[in-house]
Amino acid sequence: MSGTREPELIEAPRRSFYQRHERLILGGLSVVVVLAVWQAFWSAGRISPLFFTGPSAVVKRFAEEWTGGRLKADLVYSGTNFVIGVGLAIATGVVCGVLIGWYRRLGMVFEPFVAALYSTPRVAMIPLILIWFGIGMWSKVFIVFINAFFPVLINTIGGVRAIDSDLLRAARAFCASDWQIFTTVVIPGSVPFILTGVRQAVALGLIGVVVGEMFGGSEGIGYMTNYSGQTFQTDAVFLGVVLIACAGIVLTWLAERLERHFSRWRPER
Amino acid sequence: MHKLEIDGLTKRYYVERDGRQVLALSAVSLSVAEGEFVAIVGPSGCGKTTLLNIVAGLLPYDLGTVAIDGRRVEGPGVDRAVVFQHSSLLPWRTIAGNVRYGMELHRRVDRATMQQRTDYFIGLVGLTGFERHYPSELSGGMQQRVNLARALASDPVVLLMDEPFAALDAQTREQMQVELLKIWTHARKTVLFITHQIDEAVYLADRVAVMSARPGQIKGVFDVPFPRPRPLSVKRDPGFAALEDAIWGLVDARQERGDSVGRPA
Repeated sequence: MSGTREPELIEAPRRSFYQRHERLILGGLSVVVVLAVWQAFWSAGRISPLFFTGPSAVVKRFAEEWTGGRLKADLVYSGTNFVIGVGLAIATGVVCGVLIGWYRRLGMVFEPFVAALYSTPRVAMIPLILIWFGIGMWSKVFIVFINAFFPVLINTIGGVRAIDSDLLRAARAFCASDWQIFTTVVIPGSVPFILTGVRQAVALGLIGVVVGEMFGGSEGIGYMTNYSGQTFQTDAVFLGVVLIACAGIVLTWLAERLERHFSRWRPER
Repeated sequence: MHKLEIDGLTKRYYVERDGRQVLALSAVSLSVAEGEFVAIVGPSGCGKTTLLNIVAGLLPYDLGTVAIDGRRVEGPGVDRAVVFQHSSLLPWRTIAGNVRYGMELHRRVDRATMQQRTDYFIGLVGLTGFERHYPSELSGGMQQRVNLARALASDPVVLLMDEPFAALDAQTREQMQVELLKIWTHARKTVLFITHQIDEAVYLADRVAVMSARPGQIKGVFDVPFPRPRPLSVKRDPGFAALEDAIWGLVDARQERGDSVGRPA
Protein backbone atom coordinates (compact mmCIF):
# COMPACT_ATOMS: atom_id res chain seq x y z
CA MET A 1 0.00 0.00 0.00
CA SER A 2 2.63 2.54 -0.99
CA GLY A 3 2.10 6.11 -2.02
CA THR A 4 -1.55 6.37 -2.99
CA ARG A 5 -4.16 7.11 -0.37
CA GLU A 6 -6.82 5.09 -2.10
CA PRO A 7 -6.45 1.83 -0.15
CA GLU A 8 -7.53 3.61 3.02
CA LEU A 9 -10.85 4.42 1.43
CA ILE A 10 -11.70 0.84 0.54
CA GLU A 11 -10.26 -0.84 3.62
CA ALA A 12 -12.96 -2.62 5.59
CA PRO A 13 -13.55 -1.28 9.10
CA ARG A 14 -11.74 -3.43 11.66
CA ARG A 15 -14.12 -5.96 13.12
CA SER A 16 -13.87 -7.06 16.71
CA PHE A 17 -12.85 -10.55 17.79
CA TYR A 18 -16.49 -11.36 18.52
CA GLN A 19 -17.71 -10.12 15.12
CA ARG A 20 -15.15 -12.21 13.31
CA HIS A 21 -16.01 -15.41 15.19
CA GLU A 22 -19.70 -14.87 15.92
CA ARG A 23 -20.82 -18.17 14.45
CA LEU A 24 -18.25 -20.19 16.37
CA ILE A 25 -18.83 -18.35 19.64
CA LEU A 26 -22.62 -18.58 19.64
CA GLY A 27 -22.61 -22.18 18.44
CA GLY A 28 -19.98 -23.28 20.94
CA LEU A 29 -21.66 -21.42 23.76
CA SER A 30 -25.01 -23.10 23.16
CA VAL A 31 -23.38 -26.55 23.24
CA VAL A 32 -21.56 -25.75 26.47
CA VAL A 33 -24.72 -24.40 28.12
CA VAL A 34 -26.81 -27.43 27.16
CA LEU A 35 -24.10 -29.83 28.41
CA ALA A 36 -23.75 -27.86 31.68
CA VAL A 37 -27.49 -27.85 32.39
CA TRP A 38 -27.70 -31.55 31.57
CA GLN A 39 -24.73 -32.31 33.82
CA ALA A 40 -26.24 -30.22 36.64
CA PHE A 41 -29.48 -32.20 36.55
CA TRP A 42 -27.52 -35.45 36.43
CA SER A 43 -25.28 -34.49 39.38
CA ALA A 44 -28.30 -33.43 41.40
CA GLY A 45 -29.66 -36.95 40.97
CA ARG A 46 -32.77 -35.70 39.14
CA ILE A 47 -32.26 -38.12 36.21
CA SER A 48 -33.00 -41.81 36.39
CA PRO A 49 -29.95 -43.79 35.15
CA LEU A 50 -32.34 -46.35 33.71
CA PHE A 51 -33.94 -43.99 31.19
CA PHE A 52 -31.28 -41.38 30.68
CA THR A 53 -27.72 -40.57 31.59
CA GLY A 54 -25.36 -37.68 32.20
CA PRO A 55 -22.36 -36.33 30.28
CA SER A 56 -19.90 -37.42 32.96
CA ALA A 57 -21.32 -40.96 32.95
CA VAL A 58 -20.83 -41.19 29.19
CA VAL A 59 -17.24 -39.98 29.47
CA LYS A 60 -16.58 -42.41 32.30
CA ARG A 61 -18.05 -45.27 30.33
CA PHE A 62 -15.95 -44.30 27.34
CA ALA A 63 -12.76 -44.42 29.40
CA GLU A 64 -13.66 -47.82 30.84
CA GLU A 65 -14.60 -49.34 27.50
CA TRP A 66 -11.55 -47.85 25.81
CA THR A 67 -9.02 -49.27 28.30
CA GLY A 68 -10.69 -52.43 29.52
CA GLY A 69 -13.52 -53.24 27.16
CA ARG A 70 -14.07 -54.17 23.55
CA LEU A 71 -14.59 -50.65 22.27
CA LYS A 72 -11.40 -50.53 20.20
CA ALA A 73 -12.16 -53.87 18.56
CA ASP A 74 -15.73 -52.76 17.85
CA LEU A 75 -14.53 -49.52 16.28
CA VAL A 76 -12.04 -51.36 14.06
CA TYR A 77 -14.73 -53.88 13.03
CA SER A 78 -17.29 -51.23 12.12
CA GLY A 79 -14.68 -49.00 10.53
CA THR A 80 -13.36 -51.81 8.33
CA ASN A 81 -16.84 -52.74 7.13
CA PHE A 82 -17.60 -49.10 6.43
CA VAL A 83 -14.40 -48.49 4.46
CA ILE A 84 -14.73 -51.66 2.36
CA GLY A 85 -18.44 -51.11 1.69
CA VAL A 86 -18.18 -47.42 0.80
CA GLY A 87 -14.98 -48.01 -1.19
CA LEU A 88 -16.63 -50.70 -3.30
CA ALA A 89 -19.72 -48.52 -3.70
CA ILE A 90 -17.69 -45.56 -4.99
CA ALA A 91 -15.63 -47.68 -7.38
CA THR A 92 -18.56 -49.57 -8.88
CA GLY A 93 -20.91 -46.58 -8.70
CA VAL A 94 -18.57 -44.36 -10.71
CA VAL A 95 -17.83 -47.02 -13.35
CA CYS A 96 -21.50 -48.02 -13.78
CA GLY A 97 -22.59 -44.38 -13.67
CA VAL A 98 -20.20 -43.32 -16.41
CA LEU A 99 -21.26 -46.24 -18.62
CA ILE A 100 -25.00 -45.75 -18.06
CA GLY A 101 -24.71 -41.98 -18.40
CA TRP A 102 -22.64 -42.10 -21.57
CA TYR A 103 -24.18 -44.96 -23.54
CA ARG A 104 -27.82 -44.02 -24.10
CA ARG A 105 -28.98 -47.58 -24.78
CA LEU A 106 -27.30 -48.94 -21.69
CA GLY A 107 -29.19 -46.28 -19.78
CA MET A 108 -32.51 -47.38 -21.27
CA VAL A 109 -31.81 -51.00 -20.35
CA PHE A 110 -30.76 -50.42 -16.75
CA GLU A 111 -32.88 -47.46 -15.75
CA PRO A 112 -35.99 -49.44 -14.64
CA PHE A 113 -33.87 -51.48 -12.21
CA VAL A 114 -31.96 -48.48 -10.95
CA ALA A 115 -35.18 -46.56 -10.36
CA ALA A 116 -36.85 -49.52 -8.62
CA LEU A 117 -33.92 -50.27 -6.33
CA TYR A 118 -33.26 -46.60 -5.64
CA SER A 119 -36.79 -46.00 -4.42
CA THR A 120 -36.96 -49.19 -2.31
CA PRO A 121 -35.96 -48.58 1.31
CA ARG A 122 -32.78 -50.61 1.56
CA VAL A 123 -33.65 -51.77 5.09
CA ALA A 124 -36.38 -53.92 3.56
CA MET A 125 -33.70 -55.93 1.80
CA ILE A 126 -31.70 -56.75 4.92
CA PRO A 127 -33.41 -60.12 5.61
CA LEU A 128 -32.57 -61.16 2.06
CA ILE A 129 -28.97 -60.01 2.47
CA LEU A 130 -28.70 -62.08 5.66
CA ILE A 131 -29.94 -65.14 3.76
CA TRP A 132 -27.31 -64.54 1.09
CA PHE A 133 -24.32 -63.56 3.17
CA GLY A 134 -25.05 -64.95 6.65
CA ILE A 135 -24.59 -62.87 9.78
CA GLY A 136 -20.82 -62.45 9.41
CA MET A 137 -18.81 -59.50 8.25
CA TRP A 138 -19.74 -59.68 4.56
CA SER A 139 -23.45 -59.15 5.12
CA LYS A 140 -22.55 -55.92 6.96
CA VAL A 141 -20.23 -54.86 4.17
CA PHE A 142 -22.94 -55.53 1.64
CA ILE A 143 -25.51 -53.52 3.57
CA VAL A 144 -23.08 -50.57 3.63
CA PHE A 145 -22.43 -51.08 -0.06
CA ILE A 146 -26.08 -51.18 -1.10
CA ASN A 147 -26.75 -48.01 0.90
CA ALA A 148 -23.78 -46.10 -0.47
CA PHE A 149 -23.94 -47.34 -4.06
CA PHE A 150 -27.02 -45.52 -5.30
CA PRO A 151 -26.12 -41.93 -4.46
CA VAL A 152 -22.77 -42.40 -6.25
CA LEU A 153 -24.45 -44.04 -9.23
CA ILE A 154 -27.27 -41.50 -9.58
CA ASN A 155 -24.98 -38.49 -9.23
CA THR A 156 -22.41 -39.88 -11.66
CA ILE A 157 -25.09 -40.51 -14.27
CA GLY A 158 -26.32 -36.95 -13.78
CA GLY A 159 -22.79 -35.58 -14.05
CA VAL A 160 -22.00 -37.40 -17.29
CA ARG A 161 -25.29 -36.28 -18.83
CA ALA A 162 -24.68 -32.68 -17.81
CA ILE A 163 -21.44 -32.48 -19.84
CA ASP A 164 -21.52 -29.42 -22.08
CA SER A 165 -21.95 -30.56 -25.69
CA ASP A 166 -19.78 -27.63 -26.83
CA LEU A 167 -16.85 -29.21 -24.99
CA LEU A 168 -17.44 -32.55 -26.69
CA ARG A 169 -17.58 -30.82 -30.07
CA ALA A 170 -14.33 -28.98 -29.38
CA ALA A 171 -12.63 -32.20 -28.30
CA ARG A 172 -13.83 -33.97 -31.46
CA ALA A 173 -12.65 -31.08 -33.63
CA PHE A 174 -9.18 -31.62 -32.14
CA CYS A 175 -9.39 -35.29 -33.16
CA ALA A 176 -9.88 -36.64 -29.64
CA SER A 177 -10.33 -40.41 -29.53
CA ASP A 178 -13.22 -41.87 -27.50
CA TRP A 179 -10.77 -42.69 -24.74
CA GLN A 180 -9.35 -39.15 -24.76
CA ILE A 181 -12.88 -37.73 -24.62
CA PHE A 182 -13.53 -39.92 -21.56
CA THR A 183 -10.36 -38.96 -19.74
CA THR A 184 -10.20 -35.27 -20.65
CA VAL A 185 -13.88 -34.24 -20.75
CA VAL A 186 -16.33 -36.77 -19.35
CA ILE A 187 -14.51 -37.82 -16.17
CA PRO A 188 -13.16 -34.43 -15.06
CA GLY A 189 -16.50 -32.81 -15.88
CA SER A 190 -18.34 -35.29 -13.68
CA VAL A 191 -16.00 -35.02 -10.70
CA PRO A 192 -18.03 -32.42 -8.78
CA PHE A 193 -21.17 -34.54 -9.24
CA ILE A 194 -19.33 -37.71 -8.24
CA LEU A 195 -18.10 -36.03 -5.08
CA THR A 196 -21.63 -34.93 -4.19
CA GLY A 197 -22.49 -38.61 -4.53
CA VAL A 198 -19.55 -39.55 -2.30
CA ARG A 199 -20.72 -37.14 0.40
CA GLN A 200 -24.18 -38.71 0.37
CA ALA A 201 -22.66 -42.20 0.21
CA VAL A 202 -20.62 -41.55 3.35
CA ALA A 203 -23.72 -40.49 5.28
CA LEU A 204 -25.85 -43.40 4.03
CA GLY A 205 -22.98 -45.88 4.46
CA LEU A 206 -22.78 -44.93 8.11
CA ILE A 207 -26.47 -45.71 8.53
CA GLY A 208 -25.76 -49.02 6.78
CA VAL A 209 -23.03 -49.93 9.29
CA VAL A 210 -25.24 -49.31 12.31
CA VAL A 211 -28.40 -50.88 10.94
CA GLY A 212 -26.53 -53.92 9.59
CA GLU A 213 -25.04 -54.69 12.99
CA MET A 214 -28.39 -54.44 14.70
CA PHE A 215 -29.67 -57.32 12.57
CA GLY A 216 -27.48 -60.08 13.99
CA GLY A 217 -23.82 -60.61 14.60
CA SER A 218 -21.94 -59.83 17.78
CA GLU A 219 -19.41 -57.14 16.95
CA GLY A 220 -19.24 -53.47 16.09
CA ILE A 221 -20.51 -50.15 17.37
CA GLY A 222 -24.04 -50.77 16.11
CA TYR A 223 -24.14 -54.11 17.88
CA MET A 224 -22.75 -52.57 21.06
CA THR A 225 -25.40 -49.84 21.03
CA ASN A 226 -28.19 -52.29 20.36
CA TYR A 227 -26.99 -54.82 22.96
CA SER A 228 -26.55 -52.12 25.58
CA GLY A 229 -30.11 -51.03 24.98
CA GLN A 230 -31.44 -54.55 25.45
CA THR A 231 -29.54 -54.86 28.73
CA PHE A 232 -30.57 -51.36 29.96
CA GLN A 233 -27.02 -49.96 30.02
CA THR A 234 -28.27 -46.52 29.06
CA ASP A 235 -24.88 -44.81 29.34
CA ALA A 236 -23.38 -47.27 26.85
CA VAL A 237 -26.24 -46.60 24.42
CA PHE A 238 -25.45 -42.90 24.67
CA LEU A 239 -21.78 -43.64 24.14
CA GLY A 240 -22.57 -45.53 20.94
CA VAL A 241 -24.82 -42.76 19.64
CA VAL A 242 -22.23 -40.08 20.40
CA LEU A 243 -19.46 -42.05 18.68
CA ILE A 244 -21.60 -42.62 15.58
CA ALA A 245 -22.59 -38.96 15.54
CA CYS A 246 -18.93 -37.89 15.77
CA ALA A 247 -17.98 -40.22 12.93
CA GLY A 248 -20.79 -38.76 10.85
CA ILE A 249 -19.76 -35.18 11.51
CA VAL A 250 -16.09 -35.78 10.75
CA LEU A 251 -16.68 -37.86 7.63
CA THR A 252 -19.25 -35.48 6.17
CA TRP A 253 -16.94 -32.54 6.85
CA LEU A 254 -14.09 -34.33 5.07
CA ALA A 255 -16.30 -35.17 2.10
CA GLU A 256 -17.48 -31.57 1.89
CA ARG A 257 -13.91 -30.32 1.91
CA LEU A 258 -13.03 -32.72 -0.90
CA GLU A 259 -16.09 -31.64 -2.86
CA ARG A 260 -15.24 -27.96 -2.52
CA HIS A 261 -11.59 -28.52 -3.40
CA PHE A 262 -12.46 -30.16 -6.71
CA SER A 263 -15.16 -27.62 -7.55
CA ARG A 264 -12.97 -24.55 -7.34
CA TRP A 265 -13.05 -24.01 -11.08
CA ARG A 266 -16.83 -23.67 -11.00
CA PRO A 267 -17.82 -20.03 -11.17
CA GLU A 268 -20.93 -20.33 -9.00
CA ARG A 269 -18.98 -21.45 -5.94
CA MET B 1 -1.94 -23.73 -54.88
CA HIS B 2 -5.24 -23.95 -53.04
CA LYS B 3 -5.00 -25.02 -49.43
CA LEU B 4 -8.71 -25.53 -49.02
CA GLU B 5 -10.91 -26.59 -51.88
CA ILE B 6 -14.68 -26.90 -51.56
CA ASP B 7 -16.35 -28.16 -54.72
CA GLY B 8 -20.05 -28.73 -55.36
CA LEU B 9 -20.72 -29.38 -51.69
CA THR B 10 -24.29 -30.43 -50.93
CA LYS B 11 -25.78 -31.24 -47.55
CA ARG B 12 -29.29 -32.37 -46.70
CA TYR B 13 -30.87 -32.49 -43.29
CA TYR B 14 -33.76 -34.73 -42.49
CA VAL B 15 -36.33 -33.15 -40.23
CA GLU B 16 -37.36 -36.09 -38.09
CA ARG B 17 -40.67 -34.59 -37.01
CA ASP B 18 -42.37 -34.53 -40.41
CA GLY B 19 -39.96 -36.63 -42.47
CA ARG B 20 -39.07 -33.66 -44.67
CA GLN B 21 -35.69 -32.96 -46.19
CA VAL B 22 -34.05 -29.59 -45.91
CA LEU B 23 -31.34 -28.63 -48.35
CA ALA B 24 -28.84 -26.92 -46.07
CA LEU B 25 -26.12 -26.47 -48.65
CA SER B 26 -26.57 -26.61 -52.39
CA ALA B 27 -23.54 -27.01 -54.68
CA VAL B 28 -21.26 -24.74 -52.66
CA SER B 29 -17.85 -24.16 -54.24
CA LEU B 30 -15.08 -22.05 -52.73
CA SER B 31 -11.29 -22.16 -52.78
CA VAL B 32 -8.94 -20.63 -50.28
CA ALA B 33 -5.31 -20.09 -51.24
CA GLU B 34 -2.37 -20.61 -48.92
CA GLY B 35 -2.12 -17.81 -46.35
CA GLU B 36 -5.39 -16.30 -47.54
CA PHE B 37 -8.09 -14.94 -45.22
CA VAL B 38 -11.57 -15.68 -46.58
CA ALA B 39 -14.74 -14.63 -44.79
CA ILE B 40 -18.22 -15.99 -45.37
CA VAL B 41 -21.15 -13.71 -44.53
CA GLY B 42 -24.79 -14.58 -44.53
CA PRO B 43 -27.96 -14.39 -42.48
CA SER B 44 -28.44 -16.78 -39.59
CA GLY B 45 -29.75 -20.09 -40.83
CA CYS B 46 -28.06 -19.80 -44.23
CA GLY B 47 -25.92 -22.86 -43.53
CA LYS B 48 -22.59 -21.09 -42.99
CA THR B 49 -21.98 -22.86 -39.69
CA THR B 50 -22.99 -26.15 -41.32
CA LEU B 51 -20.37 -25.45 -43.99
CA LEU B 52 -17.71 -24.78 -41.37
CA ASN B 53 -18.63 -27.93 -39.41
CA ILE B 54 -18.30 -29.99 -42.59
CA VAL B 55 -14.88 -28.53 -43.31
CA ALA B 56 -13.93 -29.22 -39.69
CA GLY B 57 -14.94 -32.86 -40.24
CA LEU B 58 -17.66 -32.71 -37.59
CA LEU B 59 -20.52 -33.36 -40.04
CA PRO B 60 -20.84 -35.79 -42.95
CA TYR B 61 -21.85 -34.48 -46.37
CA ASP B 62 -23.82 -35.89 -49.27
CA LEU B 63 -22.29 -34.66 -52.50
CA GLY B 64 -19.22 -32.81 -53.68
CA THR B 65 -15.78 -32.67 -52.15
CA VAL B 66 -13.93 -30.87 -49.43
CA ALA B 67 -10.16 -31.20 -49.67
CA ILE B 68 -7.19 -29.78 -47.83
CA ASP B 69 -3.88 -29.86 -49.69
CA GLY B 70 -5.60 -32.15 -52.15
CA ARG B 71 -6.64 -34.70 -49.49
CA ARG B 72 -10.34 -35.33 -49.09
CA VAL B 73 -11.79 -34.45 -45.68
CA GLU B 74 -13.30 -37.54 -44.02
CA GLY B 75 -13.39 -36.41 -40.40
CA PRO B 76 -11.60 -34.17 -37.95
CA GLY B 77 -7.89 -33.86 -38.63
CA VAL B 78 -4.73 -32.35 -37.25
CA ASP B 79 -4.55 -30.13 -40.35
CA ARG B 80 -7.53 -28.07 -39.10
CA ALA B 81 -8.36 -26.23 -35.90
CA VAL B 82 -11.61 -24.53 -34.99
CA VAL B 83 -12.23 -21.37 -33.00
CA PHE B 84 -15.82 -21.75 -31.83
CA GLN B 85 -18.36 -19.03 -31.14
CA HIS B 86 -18.62 -20.21 -27.56
CA SER B 87 -15.11 -20.45 -26.28
CA SER B 88 -15.63 -24.14 -25.34
CA LEU B 89 -12.73 -24.03 -22.90
CA LEU B 90 -12.45 -26.84 -20.37
CA PRO B 91 -13.52 -25.01 -17.19
CA TRP B 92 -11.43 -27.24 -14.91
CA ARG B 93 -8.22 -26.55 -16.78
CA THR B 94 -6.14 -23.44 -16.38
CA ILE B 95 -5.49 -21.14 -19.33
CA ALA B 96 -2.16 -22.87 -19.99
CA GLY B 97 -3.86 -26.25 -19.74
CA ASN B 98 -6.48 -25.19 -22.26
CA VAL B 99 -3.95 -23.81 -24.74
CA ARG B 100 -2.06 -27.10 -24.43
CA TYR B 101 -5.21 -29.17 -24.94
CA GLY B 102 -5.17 -29.47 -28.73
CA MET B 103 -1.47 -30.38 -28.73
CA GLU B 104 -2.06 -32.99 -26.01
CA LEU B 105 -4.80 -34.65 -28.05
CA HIS B 106 -2.71 -34.63 -31.22
CA ARG B 107 0.38 -36.08 -29.49
CA ARG B 108 2.65 -34.79 -32.21
CA VAL B 109 5.11 -32.82 -30.09
CA ASP B 110 7.06 -33.60 -26.93
CA ARG B 111 6.45 -31.98 -23.54
CA ALA B 112 9.15 -29.35 -23.84
CA THR B 113 7.92 -28.18 -27.24
CA MET B 114 4.36 -28.18 -25.90
CA GLN B 115 5.38 -25.96 -23.01
CA GLN B 116 7.31 -23.64 -25.29
CA ARG B 117 4.45 -23.32 -27.79
CA THR B 118 1.95 -22.79 -24.96
CA ASP B 119 4.00 -19.90 -23.61
CA TYR B 120 4.53 -18.44 -27.07
CA PHE B 121 0.85 -18.43 -28.07
CA ILE B 122 -0.36 -17.18 -24.70
CA GLY B 123 2.06 -14.31 -25.23
CA LEU B 124 0.91 -13.80 -28.82
CA VAL B 125 -2.74 -13.34 -27.75
CA GLY B 126 -1.61 -11.01 -24.95
CA LEU B 127 -2.46 -13.18 -21.94
CA THR B 128 0.97 -13.60 -20.36
CA GLY B 129 0.49 -13.69 -16.60
CA PHE B 130 -2.90 -15.44 -16.81
CA GLU B 131 -1.48 -18.96 -17.34
CA ARG B 132 -2.72 -20.24 -13.99
CA HIS B 133 -6.15 -18.64 -14.09
CA TYR B 134 -9.32 -20.59 -14.77
CA PRO B 135 -11.56 -19.64 -17.72
CA SER B 136 -14.37 -18.51 -15.38
CA GLU B 137 -12.03 -15.82 -14.06
CA LEU B 138 -11.62 -14.28 -17.54
CA SER B 139 -13.85 -11.94 -19.53
CA GLY B 140 -15.54 -13.10 -22.73
CA GLY B 141 -12.94 -11.37 -24.89
CA MET B 142 -10.08 -12.96 -22.99
CA GLN B 143 -11.72 -16.39 -23.25
CA GLN B 144 -11.86 -15.98 -27.01
CA ARG B 145 -8.16 -15.11 -27.01
CA VAL B 146 -7.50 -18.42 -25.23
CA ASN B 147 -9.75 -20.16 -27.74
CA LEU B 148 -7.67 -18.65 -30.56
CA ALA B 149 -4.37 -19.52 -28.87
CA ARG B 150 -5.51 -23.12 -28.41
CA ALA B 151 -6.33 -23.40 -32.11
CA LEU B 152 -3.07 -21.77 -33.26
CA ALA B 153 -0.93 -23.81 -30.85
CA SER B 154 -2.09 -27.04 -32.47
CA ASP B 155 -0.42 -25.74 -35.65
CA PRO B 156 -3.18 -26.32 -38.21
CA VAL B 157 -2.86 -25.87 -41.94
CA VAL B 158 -6.26 -24.18 -42.05
CA LEU B 159 -7.79 -22.17 -39.23
CA LEU B 160 -11.59 -22.29 -39.08
CA MET B 161 -13.37 -19.53 -37.17
CA ASP B 162 -17.10 -19.81 -36.43
CA GLU B 163 -18.40 -16.35 -35.51
CA PRO B 164 -15.77 -16.10 -32.79
CA PHE B 165 -16.64 -12.53 -31.79
CA ALA B 166 -20.43 -12.72 -32.11
CA ALA B 167 -21.00 -13.01 -28.37
CA LEU B 168 -18.80 -10.03 -27.50
CA ASP B 169 -19.89 -6.43 -27.02
CA ALA B 170 -19.22 -3.96 -29.83
CA GLN B 171 -16.05 -2.36 -28.42
CA THR B 172 -14.46 -5.68 -27.47
CA ARG B 173 -15.37 -7.10 -30.86
CA GLU B 174 -13.63 -4.26 -32.69
CA GLN B 175 -10.58 -4.59 -30.44
CA MET B 176 -10.47 -8.33 -31.10
CA GLN B 177 -10.66 -7.74 -34.86
CA VAL B 178 -7.56 -5.56 -34.68
CA GLU B 179 -5.82 -8.14 -32.48
CA LEU B 180 -6.77 -10.97 -34.80
CA LEU B 181 -5.20 -9.24 -37.79
CA LYS B 182 -2.05 -8.58 -35.80
CA ILE B 183 -1.87 -12.23 -34.69
CA TRP B 184 -2.65 -13.44 -38.18
CA THR B 185 0.26 -11.47 -39.65
CA HIS B 186 2.52 -13.35 -37.22
CA ALA B 187 0.99 -16.80 -37.57
CA ARG B 188 0.30 -16.59 -41.35
CA LYS B 189 -2.38 -19.22 -41.40
CA THR B 190 -4.97 -19.91 -44.05
CA VAL B 191 -8.25 -18.76 -42.50
CA LEU B 192 -11.90 -19.47 -43.17
CA PHE B 193 -13.91 -17.02 -41.08
CA ILE B 194 -17.69 -17.22 -40.62
CA THR B 195 -19.60 -14.12 -39.54
CA HIS B 196 -22.92 -12.37 -39.93
CA GLN B 197 -21.32 -8.93 -39.60
CA ILE B 198 -20.56 -7.50 -43.03
CA ASP B 199 -18.15 -4.85 -41.72
CA GLU B 200 -16.24 -7.50 -39.77
CA ALA B 201 -15.87 -9.61 -42.91
CA VAL B 202 -14.69 -6.68 -45.04
CA TYR B 203 -12.26 -5.42 -42.41
CA LEU B 204 -10.61 -8.80 -41.83
CA ALA B 205 -10.68 -10.71 -45.09
CA ASP B 206 -8.88 -10.80 -48.41
CA ARG B 207 -12.06 -12.05 -50.01
CA VAL B 208 -15.67 -12.12 -48.79
CA ALA B 209 -18.08 -14.81 -49.92
CA VAL B 210 -21.79 -14.05 -49.55
CA MET B 211 -24.20 -16.85 -48.70
CA SER B 212 -27.96 -16.95 -48.93
CA ALA B 213 -30.39 -19.25 -47.19
CA ARG B 214 -32.75 -22.04 -48.27
CA PRO B 215 -30.87 -23.53 -49.93
CA GLY B 216 -27.49 -22.37 -48.67
CA GLN B 217 -25.63 -21.11 -51.70
CA ILE B 218 -22.77 -18.77 -52.43
CA LYS B 219 -24.21 -15.76 -54.24
CA GLY B 220 -20.96 -14.01 -54.96
CA VAL B 221 -17.37 -13.45 -53.88
CA PHE B 222 -15.87 -9.98 -53.40
CA ASP B 223 -12.20 -9.05 -53.40
CA VAL B 224 -11.25 -6.68 -50.62
CA PRO B 225 -8.73 -4.22 -52.09
CA PHE B 226 -7.46 -2.49 -48.92
CA PRO B 227 -3.75 -2.93 -48.25
CA ARG B 228 -2.43 -4.49 -45.07
CA PRO B 229 -1.74 -3.71 -42.30
CA ARG B 230 -5.22 -2.24 -42.00
CA PRO B 231 -5.85 0.36 -39.31
CA LEU B 232 -9.37 0.56 -37.91
CA SER B 233 -9.78 3.87 -39.75
CA VAL B 234 -10.12 1.90 -42.99
CA LYS B 235 -13.72 1.27 -41.86
CA ARG B 236 -14.41 4.98 -42.51
CA ASP B 237 -12.96 4.82 -46.03
CA PRO B 238 -15.60 5.55 -48.71
CA GLY B 239 -14.47 2.46 -50.58
CA PHE B 240 -15.18 0.39 -47.47
CA ALA B 241 -18.76 1.66 -47.29
CA ALA B 242 -19.22 1.06 -51.02
CA LEU B 243 -18.05 -2.53 -50.68
CA GLU B 244 -20.32 -3.05 -47.69
CA ASP B 245 -23.25 -1.72 -49.71
CA ALA B 246 -22.48 -4.01 -52.60
CA ILE B 247 -22.37 -7.02 -50.26
CA TRP B 248 -25.48 -5.87 -48.49
CA GLY B 249 -27.27 -5.61 -51.82
CA LEU B 250 -26.47 -9.22 -52.62
CA VAL B 251 -27.53 -10.43 -49.19
CA ASP B 252 -30.65 -8.31 -49.23
CA ALA B 253 -31.76 -9.35 -52.70
CA ARG B 254 -32.98 -12.69 -51.41
CA GLN B 255 -33.81 -11.79 -47.85
CA GLU B 256 -36.97 -10.52 -46.29
CA ARG B 257 -36.39 -7.62 -43.95
CA GLY B 258 -35.83 -8.56 -40.36
CA ASP B 259 -33.35 -11.30 -41.02
CA SER B 260 -30.37 -10.84 -38.85
CA VAL B 261 -27.55 -9.69 -41.06
CA GLY B 262 -25.57 -7.07 -39.26
CA ARG B 263 -25.50 -3.76 -41.04
CA PRO B 264 -23.40 -1.18 -39.32
CA ALA B 265 -25.17 2.01 -38.31
